[in-house]
Amino acid sequence: MEILRITTAGSVDDGKSTLIGRLLYETQSLKIDQVETIEAKSKSLGYDYIDFSLATDGLLTEREQGITIDVSHLYFSTPKRRFIVADAPGHVEYTRNMVTGASNVEVAIILLDARKGVMAQTKRHLYITQLLGIKHLIFTINKMDLIDYDQEQFDSIVEAIKALVNQYDWEPQLSFIPVSALKGDNVIVKSNNMPWYEGNDLLSLIESLTLTEDNALDGFLQVQHVIRPKTEEFHDYRGFAGKVKSGVFSQGDEIEIFPSGQKSIVNSIEKYGTAKNKVVAGENATLLLEDEIDASRGNAIVKTNHNLKIDKKVKTKICWMQSTDLNPNSKYWLQQGVHKSLVKINQIESKMDWEAWKSVPTDCLTMNDIGAVDLQLAQPLMFAPYSDNKSLGAFILIDTQTNNTSGVGFIL
Amino acid sequence: MNTLSYLEEEAIYIIREVVGQFDKPVLLFSGGKDSIVLLHLCQKAFLPAKIPFPLLHIDTGHNFPETISLRDELVKRYQVQLHVGSVQESIDKGKVVEEKGKYASRNSLQTTTLLETIEELKFDACMGGARRDEEKARAKERIFSVRDDFGQWNEKLQRPELFDILNGQIHSGENVRVFPISNWTELDVWEYIRHEKLEIPSIYFAHQREVFNRDGQLMPCSNFIVHKPEDAFEESVRFRTVGDMSCTAAVPSKALDLDTVIDEIRGSSISERGARMDDKRSEAAMEERKKVGYF
Repeated sequence: MEILRITTAGSVDDGKSTLIGRLLYETQSLKIDQVETIEAKSKSLGYDYIDFSLATDGLLTEREQGITIDVSHLYFSTPKRRFIVADAPGHVEYTRNMVTGASNVEVAIILLDARKGVMAQTKRHLYITQLLGIKHLIFTINKMDLIDYDQEQFDSIVEAIKALVNQYDWEPQLSFIPVSALKGDNVIVKSNNMPWYEGNDLLSLIESLTLTEDNALDGFLQVQHVIRPKTEEFHDYRGFAGKVKSGVFSQGDEIEIFPSGQKSIVNSIEKYGTAKNKVVAGENATLLLEDEIDASRGNAIVKTNHNLKIDKKVKTKICWMQSTDLNPNSKYWLQQGVHKSLVKINQIESKMDWEAWKSVPTDCLTMNDIGAVDLQLAQPLMFAPYSDNKSLGAFILIDTQTNNTSGVGFIL
Repeated sequence: MNTLSYLEEEAIYIIREVVGQFDKPVLLFSGGKDSIVLLHLCQKAFLPAKIPFPLLHIDTGHNFPETISLRDELVKRYQVQLHVGSVQESIDKGKVVEEKGKYASRNSLQTTTLLETIEELKFDACMGGARRDEEKARAKERIFSVRDDFGQWNEKLQRPELFDILNGQIHSGENVRVFPISNWTELDVWEYIRHEKLEIPSIYFAHQREVFNRDGQLMPCSNFIVHKPEDAFEESVRFRTVGDMSCTAAVPSKALDLDTVIDEIRGSSISERGARMDDKRSEAAMEERKKVGYF
């Protein structure tokens, strides 16, 4: 059974937790003892319905304030598919959580309130999913029960969203579903209240989305660990273990090491001690080379026919994630996969002004800003633009003082 | 890629990151099913070499004997070093005080012993088998979870984790708790055990045991729990989680092998930790324990 990873985004009170709570409940992923806890808590809070958000808001402060603060990971499955949900809060100040939640998913479910339609938040959610290059977007227009399941209102929201998506040079697969998370319309089964809606209910849709894997990209593996058993049986064994970040490796492939430039041939491939002929993106592999070559953690093994770029200067988009600003005079660690290099900021060109909805010049990024930044690396980086190759075009910045993950970047 | 392969790839990538980024990692090993799965993943990650770090068992002294005998057997089989941190020793030294009363358990006392052992042996990364699906506070946990000098988890200052990029940079004195099977569910663990033919303690399968009913839960009779002798009765039970004997309840079961256990879990209407008294102490029992250094 395949896994589908989903992130969810919505403004405060769009009913996101209710929607997810219902998915968990209806797929029997919430168990009786958990439901009883939620029921009791709902009652004690004076609600006359079961508040499913109590199941997903895991922290005390969240339950006290009735809001979601941090990305929460939830799991449910049906006979057709396994789902991992990164539930990201929708508040203005938590852009960083949505970027985080969206970094590991194939699908984004974006919630809108049918009464309000497209809000400033919706635009920002769209901007972020576009920045992260998410291929499937599902817009759930929630609270349809509160507008008497009105088709016209739904259609006009759909048109408004399509117009927004068309502003970008980006062609995601779009779906629009009218739902009521509270009443259960079009969540697990098709609703009788909206005969005019011809599409799938939400669960059927996410069960049936087709995923594509792109193995045509350049073969690239970053060395995580060099396996040297140093036993009699494996005296000369020297295996370069790491994840295939993109493309495919087969026995006999001509490769080179980055940054040393040394060339060799893949003598054999192992996976957890067992021989394999071929490994593809996403798999862990151990490559054994024909020549005695020096490569260490963070180095890349790449097929010689690659089209990747090598440079000490990169143009990027950065989403800033920590409370102290991006300081143009500071140095940061850049971590791309398992490779690290020191960087300094050459120039902060511009940032997205969420109010004016346009890029404006700036010399500083504060938390939750997304801006265009030129970086200067201490060592050359092998990369591809993020839009071509997500694994090689994404990185994080680490604060050299606090060691915190201070931002995430996308190479242009 | 199917679910189990996906989860295995993810976990082994994380384990290799631990060895790449830290000087002195350790695997927290309780002898339960999750840590047995983790041990097996650690072996796979470094084949044909041996596992390049030791195991650490925080021994409450209230163990199921079946768990300890399998623990010692696995240590031999996987050729790893085992450290044991003893809660009894912490009690004897007066560092923690044994709880009293009907609900007394050594579960929360483990934290002190764990933190002291980490400090004494200077471990900078402790891998554990905790999963996000177990409990709502754990659903917020990171894969690399940084703990301060005092072992504390600050849920509001967690590092964002993007893509598969793991940031393990820490200051001296801090350590990182690492959860390679974060994204596994209880059922995934069982299906993996079946797929990889792993041996697990016999108490996970149905057996006749003397139990007594406490607040609707079947507690195992042992020297560690007080109950009226006339309350004890025999029942066919198994355990869904294996913790300290004083806080782990049994469930009625006829499941004698992996297939029937998996069928039972699929059909179960109670959550895995529904039988853990340590979680039932308050609504935020897990969150509160995590904040002071529990894993």
